[in-house]
Amino acid sequence: MLRYALLRLLGAIPTLLLVIVLAFLMVHAAPGGPFDDERALPAEIEANIAAAYQLDQPLPQQFLRYISGLVRGDLGPSYRYRDLTVSDLIGGAFPLSLKLGAMAMLLATVIGVGAGTLAALRQNSLLDRALMAMAMTGISIPVFVIAPVLVLLLAVHLQWLPAGWSGTSAGGRFVLPVVSLALPQIAYIARLTRASMIDVLASDFIRTARAQGLGTFTIVRLHALKPAMLPVLSYMGPAIAAILTGSVVVEEIFGIPGLGQHFVRGALNRDYTLVLGIVVFYAALVILLNLVVDLLYGVIDPRIRQR
Amino acid sequence: MSALGRFWRRARRSRSILYCGGMLTGLVVVALLGPVLSPHNYLQTDFDNILRAPSLVGGHVFGRDDLGRDLFVRSMLGIQVTMLVAIVASTVSLIIGVVYGAIAGLAGGRVDAVMMRFVDTLYALPFIFFVILLMVAFERNFILIFVAIGAVNWLDMARIVRGQTLSLREREFVQAAALGGVSFAGIILRHIAPNLIGVVTVYLTLTIPQAILVESFLSFLGLGIQEPQTSLGTLVDAGVNHMENAAWMLLIPAALLALILLCFNFLGDALRDVFDVRQAR
Repeated sequence: MLRYALLRLLGAIPTLLLVIVLAFLMVHAAPGGPFDDERALPAEIEANIAAAYQLDQPLPQQFLRYISGLVRGDLGPSYRYRDLTVSDLIGGAFPLSLKLGAMAMLLATVIGVGAGTLAALRQNSLLDRALMAMAMTGISIPVFVIAPVLVLLLAVHLQWLPAGWSGTSAGGRFVLPVVSLALPQIAYIARLTRASMIDVLASDFIRTARAQGLGTFTIVRLHALKPAMLPVLSYMGPAIAAILTGSVVVEEIFGIPGLGQHFVRGALNRDYTLVLGIVVFYAALVILLNLVVDLLYGVIDPRIRQR
Repeated sequence: MSALGRFWRRARRSRSILYCGGMLTGLVVVALLGPVLSPHNYLQTDFDNILRAPSLVGGHVFGRDDLGRDLFVRSMLGIQVTMLVAIVASTVSLIIGVVYGAIAGLAGGRVDAVMMRFVDTLYALPFIFFVILLMVAFERNFILIFVAIGAVNWLDMARIVRGQTLSLREREFVQAAALGGVSFAGIILRHIAPNLIGVVTVYLTLTIPQAILVESFLSFLGLGIQEPQTSLGTLVDAGVNHMENAAWMLLIPAALLALILLCFNFLGDALRDVFDVRQAR
């Protein structure tokens, strides 16, 4: 198992390298420099700035320096926040984004699996149809539509929850962002759980368990849940990527000072190093979490551990 | 082509296809005709009448935005742009995906393995961030948005076409044709391609909402379609800024966007049932 994990970790390195090369080239192929402004600067000053950020060196040399910095956890200086490095900015903002993402993921899994199982147990009933229609709606409506509509309804009109982030420190401020992030994932997970649960419930070992007189709840808990979770688990990789993407808009809408907000601000300000650094960081995170999901697969399904 | 005729007959019996197809067609027709027939245009500002709620007086049925522009015309323009981006971007991903998948499927063996390993690698990446990077690095223009979104969404199509081609290649009627002396090109044109149309149609219908999602996501963040041009994502973004005193500015474009996405997803699901495509995972 450990050997397998290490091998997979090594296998992820070329992927990460590909990401870095692609992202680096994209940023450096950009027409116009990062310090271009409406006000034209004298040529000497421009040359000085370029030299200060070592942008006057040939591209391969810049790339090698970037990589060697990266290995030491140094993603370079931010072009806009003059006093901070990209690593500072990421390190400062990531914990909050992680907290939001983890809460959304947990909520999505618990409710999604619950609703999917319920729908599968009452297949083709009114409840099943209602749940699946809701799931289809949840899949179709983007996060940046759900979030403002929830704010309008629950914060502006009913005033049950705070609308923004700053101005309050109560835990209530987490509710709307987390729910908005989780809703589409709840919908996906419910659909996946329902489909695989129906498959599992039709299999012979469940019929045997029924014949032994076990109740529905016991059957689901002891026999059906684990095998039915496999497709859900393999969806976790894309779900993580979707939650990362969603967090960008959710942080923007609620004004949460997380990584997603830095990313959007960086993108709009043309803070190339910051955007590049966050893309590399996100990619590494997604690759790592996908690896964790793959390893979990082996934990749940013993047939895979055999290989 | 009798296969298509059969699909058509079955498709007409499905209620989802009828309703969603009808709804989408209706929306597109209104979106195309509305701005032409309306007395207002999408650029005309009126600072005496900003943020006016929807009313029949003066014909501003969707109200006015923060610059006094008619929201009905702007919403319809938004639908036009959103649909255009979606269709062009899906076509880009269709072409890349089908060509890539068909080559992998037809080649088989080691070529196939390498090509699919590459697709798996790309699957693991948070692609939307690359699109944003692309938008940051280059000037934001329509063509780049098309290409970027198309380049993101071809992976599913490639996988499915490859799977289908691989299984078709081994089928008896294809082998019989090969034994009978039909040329390679002939086999592709006469036997492989017609049998791919079903899956490709289904996944095209499912790619379109994804493309819409990416476009509106970018526009919402201010990285996509720029003012005074507009798309549903841009309109939702503007609506968020004024939702406390002009809720219609948020709710109308949001509802239109949700309706379009919902219709495409239902349509795709229903078509999948009609074509009897099993998820090729």
